[in-house]
Amino acid sequence: MREAVSDLVQVDGLKMYFPVYSGVLRRHSGDIKAVDDVSFTIRAGETLGLVGESGCGKSTLGRALLRLYEPTAGRVVIDGEDVALLRTEALRKKRPTMQMVFQDPQASLNPRMSLSSIIGEPLVEHTALSTAQRQERIYELMDQVGLNRRFANRFPHEFSGGQRQRIGIARALALNPKFIVCDEPIAALDVSIQAQVVNLLEDLQDKLGLTYLFISHDLSMVRHIADRVAVMYLGRIVELSPRDDLYARPLHPYAEALLSAVNEPDPVRARTRQRILLKGDLPSPANPPKGCNFCTRCPKVFARCLSEKPSLFQVEGGRQVACHLYDPAKPSAGSTGGFPHPKHLQQGVSE
Amino acid sequence: MSDGAAPVLDVRGLTTVFHTRQGEIHAVSAVSFGLKRGEVLGVVGESGSGKSVTMMSLVGLLPTPPAEVRAGQVMLGTRDLLQMTPQDLSAVRGAKVGFVFQDPMTSLNPVFTVENQICEPLLRHMGLTKPQARARAVELLEMVGIPDAAKRVKYYPHQFSGGMRQRVMIAIALACEPDLLIADEPTTALDVTIQAQIIDLMKDLQKKLGMAIIWITHDLGVIAGIADRVMVMYGGQVVEHAPVDQIFHNPQHPYTRALLRTIPTITGQREARLSVIEGQPPIMTAPPTACPFGARCAHTFDRCDAENPQRRAVDGQAVGHGHDVACHWSAEARHA
Ligand SMILES: Nc1ncnc2c1ncn2[C@@H]1O[C@H](COP(=O)(O)OP(=O)(O)OP(=O)(O)O)[C@@H](O)[C@H]1O
Ligand SMILES: Nc1ncnc2c1ncn2[C@@H]1O[C@H](COP(=O)(O)OP(=O)(O)OP(=O)(O)O)[C@@H](O)[C@H]1O
Ligand SMILES: [Mg+2]
Ligand SMILES: [Mg+2]
Repeated sequence: MREAVSDLVQVDGLKMYFPVYSGVLRRHSGDIKAVDDVSFTIRAGETLGLVGESGCGKSTLGRALLRLYEPTAGRVVIDGEDVALLRTEALRKKRPTMQMVFQDPQASLNPRMSLSSIIGEPLVEHTALSTAQRQERIYELMDQVGLNRRFANRFPHEFSGGQRQRIGIARALALNPKFIVCDEPIAALDVSIQAQVVNLLEDLQDKLGLTYLFISHDLSMVRHIADRVAVMYLGRIVELSPRDDLYARPLHPYAEALLSAVNEPDPVRARTRQRILLKGDLPSPANPPKGCNFCTRCPKVFARCLSEKPSLFQVEGGRQVACHLYDPAKPSAGSTGGFPHPKHLQQGVSE
Repeated sequence: MSDGAAPVLDVRGLTTVFHTRQGEIHAVSAVSFGLKRGEVLGVVGESGSGKSVTMMSLVGLLPTPPAEVRAGQVMLGTRDLLQMTPQDLSAVRGAKVGFVFQDPMTSLNPVFTVENQICEPLLRHMGLTKPQARARAVELLEMVGIPDAAKRVKYYPHQFSGGMRQRVMIAIALACEPDLLIADEPTTALDVTIQAQIIDLMKDLQKKLGMAIIWITHDLGVIAGIADRVMVMYGGQVVEHAPVDQIFHNPQHPYTRALLRTIPTITGQREARLSVIEGQPPIMTAPPTACPFGARCAHTFDRCDAENPQRRAVDGQAVGHGHDVACHWSAEARHA
C-alpha cells in the first residue's frame, strides 16, 4: 500500500556546506558541513518528523530543501520539479506551493508591518483576491491559529513569544501550500495552543493532503504528529523509521540516547528514571570524525566505527539505520535485532 | 531551604500596563511571589498570560512608554528594584541578576562577535582583564556544550544554530555568577540531551553558588524535573501556586487541571487527537473584575462573573508559602 502513494519530496545526496575563511587573506580554509550527504523521501500527505541534537543541521536542511539556501550538492525534487534547477521566475511561481514556518519568529517578521499586512503579504503577492476577500482570509487564518481578531492592527513587538510564532504559522498557511517545512513551529507555545496548532496541521492534512517536514526537539509531539521519523546527528541522518517502531525500539545508539533523555511530566518519575548521558566531545561539523560521526560519543563503539562511515542500511520493516552494528553484509552481534550489551561497552550509561 | 531563610526576591502586587492606540492593556495584575536562596520557581501559563512581562518588569527591561509599572514592590535582598535609578538597576542586572530572554536573536547583537558579548559583563562587573575575560568566555561556552568553543567564540550570532544562540544567552546570563537567574523559556530550542545537560549545569550552580532560579517554560516535563515550586499564570494573574508535587498530583485550579490534561506523552497510548482548552484567553483592557478564566471554565457559577477570586490557601499555610489558588469553585468545593 505504501508503494502506491507517490513521493512528493525526493532528496538525493543533499549537501549544504558553509565555507570557513581564515587568516589575514581570508582564504577558504574549510567548510562547515551542516548537511552532509542526506537522502530521503516524503510521500504525499505524509508527515516526516526530523529530530536531533541542537546544531546538527535540521534548519539548514529545511532551508536547503526550499532553496532558501543554494545547496552545495545534491538533488531536491518537489512535486516532480527539481527545485535546484528552477530559474528566478519559475521559482517565484513555485514558492506558494512550498512554505516554511521559521524557527525564530521574531527575526522572520517585519517589525514595521501590522499583523494583518504580514499575513496578507503573500496573498497580495500571489493571488488576485479583492481587499475584502483578503481581509476575510486573514481573519480566517487568525481564527485557525487562535489569534484574536482584535489583534489585526498590532505590530510584532506587541505580541508575546507564542503569539508571534502563530503569526508565522498563519502566514505559511495563507496560500494553501502543498508542502510545509515546520521548523520548531510550536516551541514557544503553551501545551494547549501547541495542541490546537498540531490539530490544525492534522486537519489541513486530512482535508487538503498537505505534506510536512516537522522539525522539533519535542519527542512526544513528534510521536503524535509524525508518520515516520528521521534522526539526524552532525549533518547526517542516522536513523529513519516508522514512528511506532522508533519509539518502541530505537536502533541507532544515538536515537536510543535521545529517547532516554525525554522529560517526564511527573516529578516523582522524573527523580527515578534512567537517562543515557552521552559522554565525550561533540565534534565540530567543520571537522567531523573520519569514521562514524557518532563514534566519539557512542556507548557501543567498536574498531570499525573509527575508520569507516556507515551508510544508511535497510533493515527490517522499512527501517533505515546508519550504524555498523546493522550492516547486513558484515553481521555483528547486534544486527539480528537485540542490542549487544558487552559490559565494557556500557560506559555511557549513568545515573 | 528552611522557611526561616531570608528571601532573595520578594515581589508584592506587581502591576504592569501597556499604553496602546487602542487603550490600556493590563498585562500583569497584582502579581506576588518570592524566592529563597537556591530555590527554583517554575512559571507556567497560557501564551500571553504575562509571564515574560512580569519578569521584565522586575528588572526594568520594558521600554516605558509604552509600558508602565503601575504598582508593586520588588525587594532584591533589602533593596526595592522599582525605586532604583536606571544606572543602579543596570548594574544589578549585570552582576546580581542574570536574564535569559525568550527570543535570543533579539537580545544578541548581530554586529558583535559572541566573544565580545560574553566578555562585556565580565569586564564591567567582574573586574577581569581582557585576556582573562576571553579565556573565561571560552570556558562558559564549553560549559553550555558548544563544541569547538575556542573557534566559535569568534563567530557572529547568525552563524550559530537556534539552540546554540540560546546557549550563548545562557552563558552570558551566568557569566557573573548571579544570585538570581531569570530564565525565560531557556531551553525551548534545545534537544532533550542538551536540555538535560543545561538543567544539570543550572542545578550544579544552584547548589554551588546558592543561585535562585525563576524558570519560565511551557514544558511541564522540565518543570517536573527542576522546580521546587510552581506558579501558574492566567490573564496576567497568579491563579495557582504550590510545591511541584502538589501541582502535578493535586492541582486545584480548573486551568491547571486542563493544562495537565493536554500534555502528550512518550509512553502509553497515543491519542488520535490532542485535547485543547476551548475558547480564547481574555484581552485585559481593564483591571480584572471577574475571574479571567471564567468564560472557558467548566465550573463557572454566578460568583465568578461578579468577583475576581483572590488567592487563598489550600493547605493551611500562608498564601505564597504553601499551596494556594485563586478560584471560587475549588475553594468552595473544598469547604462544602
Ligand atoms: N508592547 C506591548 N504592547 C501591548 N501589549 C503587549 C506588549 N507587550 C506584550 N503585550 C501583551 O501583554 C500580554 C502578556 O505578554 P507576555 O509576553 O508577558 O506573555 P507570556 O506569558 O510571556 O506569553 P508567551 O508564553 O507566549 O511568551 C500579551 O497579551 C501581549 O500581547
Ligand atoms: N550562515 C551560517 N554560516 C556558518 N555556519 C552556519 C550558518 N548557519 C548554520 N551554521 C552552522 O551549521 C550547523 C547546523 O545549523 P542548523 O541551524 O541547521 O542546526 P539545527 O539542527 O537547526 O539546530 P537547532 O536545533 O539548534 O536549531 C551549526 O553548526 C551552525 O553553527
Ligand atoms: Mg534550527
Ligand atoms: Mg513570554
